[in-house]
Amino acid sequence: MGEGEVRDRSREAFQRLAAAELPALYSLARRLVRDGAEDMVQEALLHGYRSFGSLKEDATGGRWLKTILVNVFRDQLRKRARSVEEFPVDEVEEFSLYRTLIDEDPLPYSDTLHHDFLQAFDKDDVRVVLMRLPEIYRGPLVLRYMDGFATKQIARLLDTPLGTILARIHRGRRLFEKELWIYAEEIGLLRQEAVR
Amino acid sequence: MTESKRVIPCTEAVRQLWDYLDDAISPEDHDKVERHLSFCRKCCGELEFGQEIREFLGSKTSQEIPPEVKARLERFVEEL
Ligand SMILES: [Zn+2]
Repeated sequence: MGEGEVRDRSREAFQRLAAAELPALYSLARRLVRDGAEDMVQEALLHGYRSFGSLKEDATGGRWLKTILVNVFRDQLRKRARSVEEFPVDEVEEFSLYRTLIDEDPLPYSDTLHHDFLQAFDKDDVRVVLMRLPEIYRGPLVLRYMDGFATKQIARLLDTPLGTILARIHRGRRLFEKELWIYAEEIGLLRQEAVR
Repeated sequence: MTESKRVIPCTEAVRQLWDYLDDAISPEDHDKVERHLSFCRKCCGELEFGQEIREFLGSKTSQEIPPEVKARLERFVEEL
């Protein structure tokens, strides 16, 4: 990218970028919040439009808009800070879905129990389970494992110390495993158990 | 034996597995986990499953947007 390259930062260029990124932005917002994903996207688009001149390379436009969306998410978290509680995670800390599956053996005819268990869930199921996690855990988990942000970048974007982010991803994963198991019981994936 | 200092129980190995997968632990802890995995099949199973859950989460992302939401947001963009 040479100095001489002309970067188009016109209103029309932003509109083209935004229109192309709408599905990616909206789906990320839906992973981060239960309600208000559309509003979050609108706010991110407004911020993006105002700072469009600061986008360095056209090729990174999609990523750039996503980071702006995460900033909007962070600001929302801050506003809700008082209502966001650290989850009592002691009991969750030691939960292992891997061991639970072996102990409970919900799919007795399966040779690949762990794999087959996961196959039972589609995208909508995963969203339902994710939405059960407190958002301070859900956010880092989603950004790390579903959207591929590096932990350091998540720490920067959420303006939270790296150690805290690592701990929240860790707990978030445990919570996710536990909620996935509970959800499996609810939707009758573990019917075998109930019949017994 | 200095060796014993580097041996950790399953509970500790499991606690560190995802951080291990994520390269988010210190080199010493990394070695400890690796050493544990070299003799413990149970934790190898945990590790594989940890990896599988990560891939599982990564595969459950959609780029879907309901047509009416898309239409509304497109109008929003046009108004900018
Ligand atoms: Zn072990």
